[in-house]
Amino acid sequence: METLDELIAHAPVFAGLGSEDLTLIAGCAQNVGFDDGELLFREGEPADTFYVVRRGRVSLELHTPERGGLVIDTIEPGEVVGWSWLFEPYVWHFDARAAGPLRAIAFDGACLRGKCDDDKELGYELMKRFAQVMIDRLQHARVRLLDVYGGVGVG
Amino acid sequence: MTPVAHRVVSRVQETADTWTLELESLDVRVRPRAGQFDMLYAFGVGEVPISTSGDHEGDGPLTHTVRAVGAVTRALCGLDAGAVVGVRGPFGTEWPLAQTAGGDLVIVAGGIGLAPLRPAVRHALARRDDYGSVSVLVGARTPQDLLFVSELEGWRARLDAEVDVTVDAAATGWHGRVGLVTTLIPGAVIDPANASALVCGPEVMMTFVVRALVDRGVPLDRIWVSMERNMRCAVGHCGHCQLGPTLICRDGAVFPAAAMTRLMEVREL
Repeated sequence: METLDELIAHAPVFAGLGSEDLTLIAGCAQNVGFDDGELLFREGEPADTFYVVRRGRVSLELHTPERGGLVIDTIEPGEVVGWSWLFEPYVWHFDARAAGPLRAIAFDGACLRGKCDDDKELGYELMKRFAQVMIDRLQHARVRLLDVYGGVGVG
Repeated sequence: MTPVAHRVVSRVQETADTWTLELESLDVRVRPRAGQFDMLYAFGVGEVPISTSGDHEGDGPLTHTVRAVGAVTRALCGLDAGAVVGVRGPFGTEWPLAQTAGGDLVIVAGGIGLAPLRPAVRHALARRDDYGSVSVLVGARTPQDLLFVSELEGWRARLDAEVDVTVDAAATGWHGRVGLVTTLIPGAVIDPANASALVCGPEVMMTFVVRALVDRGVPLDRIWVSMERNMRCAVGHCGHCQLGPTLICRDGAVFPAAAMTRLMEVREL
C-alpha cells in the first residue's frame, strides 16, 4: 500500500518535484472518499480545497434554470479537480460531484497558498503546473465549442 | 450507374435524427464491404452517399444508417417498411482489415462516424484471435446521440475488448465521461508501435484524433481515416468531391491518414 507521500509523487501534476517539496505538499494533504453523487464542492462556495483523483470520476456541473444540471467535463484518475483555490477571490465556479464511488487526495488550498508565499520557487513551480492544467482544459473547451458532431444541413 | 430497386425491410430509430434502414434487393447486386458506400436514391428527391453499417457476409438485407440533415436524408429516414429506394454501388475503398490483423487495433468513432466503423468493429470482434488488443473509442454530442447503444453495451460487456465512450455534454446523473474523444486515446490499452487505427467522424475531429494517435506513438502510416465530401456521381466523373489531387468517391472514402492529414489542414480545399 502506497503512503500519502508516494501517492502525491505519482500524481502527474506533481511529477518530478523534489522530495522536500513533496513532503511540504503532503503536509497539506489527506486521503478522502466520496459516495456516488456526493458533492466535493459547490458553485459560489469558498475554494479552499482541491483534489487529485485516485479512483473513480468527478463530474463538473453547471446549473441553469432552463436546462437544469449539466455535466460540462469529467475528471479522471490522476487528474486535478479545482484551481480556484489558487486565484482570488478563491470561490468555486462550478459544482464538482462524485460520478460513482470516489477516492481522492484532498489538499488544503489555503495551507498550500501560505507555503507558496513563503517559498516563491515552489509557488512558481506549482503555478506553472496548474497553468498547464488550465491550458489543456481551455483547449479542450474551445474545440468542443465547435460542436463538431452538430453536422451541417446537406444531403 | 443505374440504381437497383430495393425494398425497405425495416427502419429503426437510433437517435432523434438518425435511422437505420434495412434494404432488400429486388435484383442481384454486390454487397458493400466494411468502409464502402452506396448511393441511396430517394425517388423524386435525390441521391446521397451512405456507408454500409452492416455485415458484408451473409445474405441478409443491406444496412445503412442515415442521419436526417437535408432533403434527401430526411426523405430516406421517413420511408416506411415496404417503400422502395434506388441503390447504386458499392463504391469506394474498404477498411484495411486484413492489413491491420496481427497487431493491436484501435477504432475511433465520432458521432455518425460509428456507423461506417460498425462493420469493422464486428469484423475484429468476430475474429478476435487475429488481433492483439482491440479498443473502440466513441465520442458523441450527448448520451442521447450515441448510436447502436445496445450493441455498444454488448461490446463493452466483453472481456476481450476495451470500449470507452465520451460525450461533449450531459445532464446531471450521467456517470460516463464528458470531454473530447481525443482524451480517450492516452488511456487506450494498446502497444502504440504495434497498433493500427481506423478513424471516422467529422473532419475536424479526425484531424485532432490523428494528432493524438501520433502523439501516443501510433505510426502515421498505420492510421486510416474515412473522408466525406460532396460526393455526387460516386465514380470519379463529376469532380464535386475533389480534395486536392484526389477524388474522394473514386480514391476513398477510406484513405491512409498520411495521404490526408496535410490536405485536411489546407483551408482553401
